[in-house]
Amino acid sequence: MSSFPLLTLTAALPAVGAIATAAVPAARRTTAKWLALAFSLATLVLAGIIATRFTPGGARYQLTESHAWIADFGVRYELGVDGIAVVLIGLTAVLVPFVMLAGWHDADVLEAHRPNRNWRPTQGFFALILLVEAMVVIAFESTDVFLFYIFFEAMLIPMYFLIGGFGDRAGAHGEDEQSKQWREAPPMRAVVGDGRAKQRSYAAVKFLLYNLLGGLIMLAAVIGLYVVTANQLGHGTFSLPQILQARAVGRMHISAVAERWIFLGFFFAFAVKAPLWPLHTWLPNAMGEATAPVAVLITAVVDKVGTFAMLRYCLQLFPNASNWAAPVILVLSLISIVYGALLAIGQRDIKRLVAYTSISHFGFIILGIFAMTSQGQSGAALYMVNHGVSTAAWLLVAGFLISRRGSRLITDFGGVQKVAPLLAGTFLVGSLAILSLPGLGPFVSEFLVLVGTFSRYPVLGVIATFAIVLAALYVLILYQRTMTGPVKAGIESMKDLRLRELVVVGPLIALLIFLGVYPKPITNYLNPAVKDTLSDVHKSDPAPQINAVAKETAK
Amino acid sequence: MTTATAVSIHSLWTTLADSTPGAATTSTAFQTPKVEYAQLSPILIVFGAAILGVLAEAFLPRRSRYTAQLAISVIGLAAAFAAVVALAADGYASTKSHIAAMGAVAVDGPALFLQGTILLVALVAAFTFAERRLDPAAHGNRVDSFAAQGSAVPGSEQEKAAVKAGFTTTEIFPLLLFAVGGMLVFPAANDLLTLFVSLEVFSLPLYLLCALSRRHRLMSQESAVKYFLLGAFSSAILLFGVALLYGYAGTVSYGGIADVVGGTAKLTPALANSTATDALLLIGGAMVVIGLLFKVAAVPFHMWTPDVYQGAPTPVTGFMAAATKVAAFGALLRLLYVVLPGLRWDWRPVMWAVAILTMVIGAIIAVTQTDVKRLLAYSSIAHAGFILAGVVAVSPDGVSSVLFYLGAYSFVTLGAFAVVTLVRDAGGEATHLSRWAGLGRRSPLVAAVFAVYLLAFAGIPLTSGFAGKFAVFKAAAEGGALPLVIIGVISSAIAAFFYIRVIVLMFFSEPQPGAPSVAIPSLLTSSAIAVGVAVTLVLGVAPQYFLDLAGKASVFVR
Repeated sequence: MSSFPLLTLTAALPAVGAIATAAVPAARRTTAKWLALAFSLATLVLAGIIATRFTPGGARYQLTESHAWIADFGVRYELGVDGIAVVLIGLTAVLVPFVMLAGWHDADVLEAHRPNRNWRPTQGFFALILLVEAMVVIAFESTDVFLFYIFFEAMLIPMYFLIGGFGDRAGAHGEDEQSKQWREAPPMRAVVGDGRAKQRSYAAVKFLLYNLLGGLIMLAAVIGLYVVTANQLGHGTFSLPQILQARAVGRMHISAVAERWIFLGFFFAFAVKAPLWPLHTWLPNAMGEATAPVAVLITAVVDKVGTFAMLRYCLQLFPNASNWAAPVILVLSLISIVYGALLAIGQRDIKRLVAYTSISHFGFIILGIFAMTSQGQSGAALYMVNHGVSTAAWLLVAGFLISRRGSRLITDFGGVQKVAPLLAGTFLVGSLAILSLPGLGPFVSEFLVLVGTFSRYPVLGVIATFAIVLAALYVLILYQRTMTGPVKAGIESMKDLRLRELVVVGPLIALLIFLGVYPKPITNYLNPAVKDTLSDVHKSDPAPQINAVAKETAK
Repeated sequence: MTTATAVSIHSLWTTLADSTPGAATTSTAFQTPKVEYAQLSPILIVFGAAILGVLAEAFLPRRSRYTAQLAISVIGLAAAFAAVVALAADGYASTKSHIAAMGAVAVDGPALFLQGTILLVALVAAFTFAERRLDPAAHGNRVDSFAAQGSAVPGSEQEKAAVKAGFTTTEIFPLLLFAVGGMLVFPAANDLLTLFVSLEVFSLPLYLLCALSRRHRLMSQESAVKYFLLGAFSSAILLFGVALLYGYAGTVSYGGIADVVGGTAKLTPALANSTATDALLLIGGAMVVIGLLFKVAAVPFHMWTPDVYQGAPTPVTGFMAAATKVAAFGALLRLLYVVLPGLRWDWRPVMWAVAILTMVIGAIIAVTQTDVKRLLAYSSIAHAGFILAGVVAVSPDGVSSVLFYLGAYSFVTLGAFAVVTLVRDAGGEATHLSRWAGLGRRSPLVAAVFAVYLLAFAGIPLTSGFAGKFAVFKAAAEGGALPLVIIGVISSAIAAFFYIRVIVLMFFSEPQPGAPSVAIPSLLTSSAIAVGVAVTLVLGVAPQYFLDLAGKASVFVR
C-alpha cells in the first residue's frame, strides 16, 4: 500500500476546485474560469503522475488505499487502479481542460437575463464540470462496489444540471421532433417558458430518469451481492479484491441463478449509461440539447464509466453469468452498431447525428468486451480512449460551427470550407477519425475489435464490418452538406477558428494522429489488465486454425 | 406469597382453585406502586415543562408570554434530551434496560433512541413554531404562523379585534410539549392501556395545533376536523383491538400477551378457554395494528394525510410529519416484535402487502400533485412504505435500520417544511407548485437547500436518504424479502420523478411575473433549516457512528 494517497488526491483536487470555483464572487467571472482551468490542469498533472507510478504488468491493482468507512454495510473506502483505469483517468484529465476551453463563453451572463446580483451561472458551469470530473475519477479508481455505486449515481446530479441549466447560446434551433412528445404535467403548464428551455429540461429529466432507474435496479443487485457475500463469508463485503480472492480460494460460490440475476441488475445500469440499444434513447436528447462541450463530457467521459464498469465489475464479479449472457449482449451491441449508424445517416441535426454515431461506437466497445478475446477487449479498452478523443475533436469543432451560425440543422449550412477553411479542415480530420481512417486512432481499436470478434464469432465480425461503410456514409454526407457546395445564406461572414479554438482542436488532432501511428504506450497499460480480466472469465483466445496452412505447405 | 388465598393480580379469571402452591403470585394486600422516577425523567421533564407552560399562560402578562413560553419549551426539551443521553450513557439502552413503572413503560434501546430523536425533532420544531419574521407585521406587531385567537370565528369582528390587538396564540408551546410527552411514552409503552392513553395524549394537542393556522383558517379548521374524526375512529378501533387482546390473553401487558401467544404462560382453565380459538387474537391484533398504521399513514389508512398536511400550519405539519411518524413506528415495532412475534407468520404477509401498497400508491399519487405540501404528504406515505420494508425484516438489523431511517427522515422532513414556510406571497405561503417556478434564479440558496432535501427524499447517494434506504432494503433482503426490495427500488424511481420535477421547476423554468418572494427568516428558522441540511449530509457521508448507535439500540426489553 502506498503511503501517499495519490488516488484520493487526484479525485479530491477537482472537487476542491469545484468548491473554490463556485465560491468566486459573481462579478469575477473570468477569474472563476481561469481557476477552474488551473484545477483541471493540476488534475492532469496528477493523472500523469499516476501513470508514471503505475507499473504495467505489476500487481493487478496498484496505488491502493483502503480504509474502513461504513462498517455496518461492509463498505470500505478502497481505491486502486489497473491499467484500464489509469488510461481512462488520463483520458478524463486530458479532455476536461479542452471541454472547459471550448465552453469558455457558454455560460457567460447576458446582462439582460440577470434576475439578481447573486446569479452566477458561469461559476456554476465550471464548478459542475469539475465536480463531474471528480466523481468520474473516483468511479474509475474505486475497487469497492458500493463506493463505485455511490459516485456512479451521484454524478448524475451535476450532469443533470449541466444539461438542463446550460443550453446552446444564440437560440440555436434544432430539430423539434421532441416538442410533440413533451406533454407537460398540469402544474407546469402554467410556467411554460420558451420551447427550447422546455426541450432542454425534457432532455435533462429524461437523462436523469433513465440513469436513475438503471442505478436503482443496480442498487437492488448491490444489495443482493451484499446478501450473498454475507451468507458465504460471514460478513458482507463489497470489496472487489476481497471477493475475487475469496472466490479464487473457493471460499465463495454464488449459485448460478443468483449470479445471473445480480449480473443483470449491474449490466442494466451499465447498459443504460453506455448506452446500449434499446436503452439508448436518452442520449440523442441529452447530447442534442446540451452545449457541445457538455455533450462531449457526456459521451466521451461520463459514458465511459458504463463500459469501464462492464469490464471491471460485470466480467470480474460474475464470470459465469457474463459467459451466459454474452450471446444476447453481442447481438444487442451489433444492433446498436448498425442501428446507430443508420439513424445517424438520417439525422438533420448535427449534434443528434453525433449522438447516434456514439451509440454505434459504444456498440463496438461492448462487442469487443463481450467477444471475450484479448484482441477484442484490448481493442474495446483502446476504443474507449479513441472514441473519447475523436468525438471530442469532432464535436467540439461542430460546436464552434453551430455557435457561429446559431443553428444545429444541417440544411442551414453549406460551403463553409470556402469561408472558414481552418474550421472545415479540422472538422474533416475529426470526421475521418470517426470513420476510422487508417493512421488515426480509432482505426487501430476498431480493427482490433473486429479481429477479436471475428476470431470467435465470424458472422458477427462480418456484420459489424459493414458498419464501417455506413460510418463513411454518415460522416462524408455530413461533410459534403455542410462544408462543400455553394455558400449558404448566413454563412458568408462566418469567422474562422480563433486562437482559443485552435488551442482546443490542435492538440486533440495531434493526439489522434499519435494514437493512430503509435498506440503502444497505451496498449502497454491495457494489455496486462485485459489478460487478468480474461483469466477471470476463464477464457483464452481461440487457437488459430493452422490446419489449412499445414495443408498448403504440404502440397 | 404462597398462601391459599393468593390471587394473581394480572388475571381476572384466576380463581382460588387454580392457584397452586408455589406459583409466583402476589399478595392481595395493597402495594404502593413502585415508580422509577429517574428512569422516566425525560417524560416527566417534558410533562412538567408543559404544565409550567400552562401556568405561564394563565398568570404571565400577555407581552412576556412569548419569551417565557419559548424558554420553557426549549429548556424543557433540551433537559429531557440530556436526561435521555444520561440514561443511555448509564447503560439503560443495553445492559440495564428493563421495564419501569409497574410494567407500564419500557426503558430500553429502541425507546431511548426514539425518544432522543423525538426530542431533537421537537426542539428544532419549537424554533419553527416560534418564527415571527415571516408573516408581515400586523398592526405593528410581529406575528407567527398561528391564529391570533383560536376561539375567534374566522372573518368575524372578534378576529379582527384580536389581530389588531396583536394577540398571538402562545398556547401552542404547552400544546407542543404535551404532544411531545405523549410521543415519548408511545414507543416506550409496555402495556396496551399505556399505549392507548399515550396515543390520545399526543393526538389531542395535534388536532388543536392543526386548527390554529393564521392564514387559510377555514382550511386549517377543516383539516383539524378531518384529522380528529378519522383519528378518533382509529383510536376507537385500536381500543377495540386492545379489548379483544385482553379478552384473549387476560392481560394487557406486552410480555404477558407474548407469553400467552407463545404458549409459555401457565395455562389456567380460563386461559385455556379464551385461547381455544385464535379469532380474538387475530382480530384484536389486526385492529391494534390498524390503529398504528393509521398514525404512520400507511396505505390504505393514509387518506387523512394529504388534507391534514395541507391545511395545518406548516410548522405543525413539519413537526407532525417527523415526530408522529417516529413515535408511531416505534410503537408498531414494539407491538410486532415484543407482543406478536409468535404471530410472525400471520402478520408478515399482511405487512408485506401493506408495505408494497404504501410504497407504490404513495409514489404514484405523488406524481399528480400540484401543491408542495400535498406532494410532501404523499412522499411521506411512500417513505412509510420504505420503513415498513425494514419492519418486515424481523431481525435486529431490521430494527436498527428502521431506527436509523426514522432519524434520517425526520430531519429531512422538518427542514423541507421549514423551507416551505419561507416561500411567500401576499396570501401567505405560496404552496402551489407553479408558483415555485424559477425559484432557483431568484433565491439560489433557498432553492439549493430545498434541492438537497428533495435529493435526500429521492435517496440519491451521499445524502441521509440513501443511507437510510440502503439500510432498510439491506435488512429486508437479508430477511428474505427480495421482491419487496425490487418493488421498493422501482417505486423509488417513480418517486424520484416528482422530486426531480420540482428541481426542474425551481432551476430550469423562467420565473413568473408576480412570483412569490422568499422571506428572510430569523435565526430560529434558519437554524432549523441548517440543522436539517447538516444532518442530511452527515448521515449521508459518514453514517457509521449513527448506524452503530441504532445497532446498539435495537434490542427490545421484555
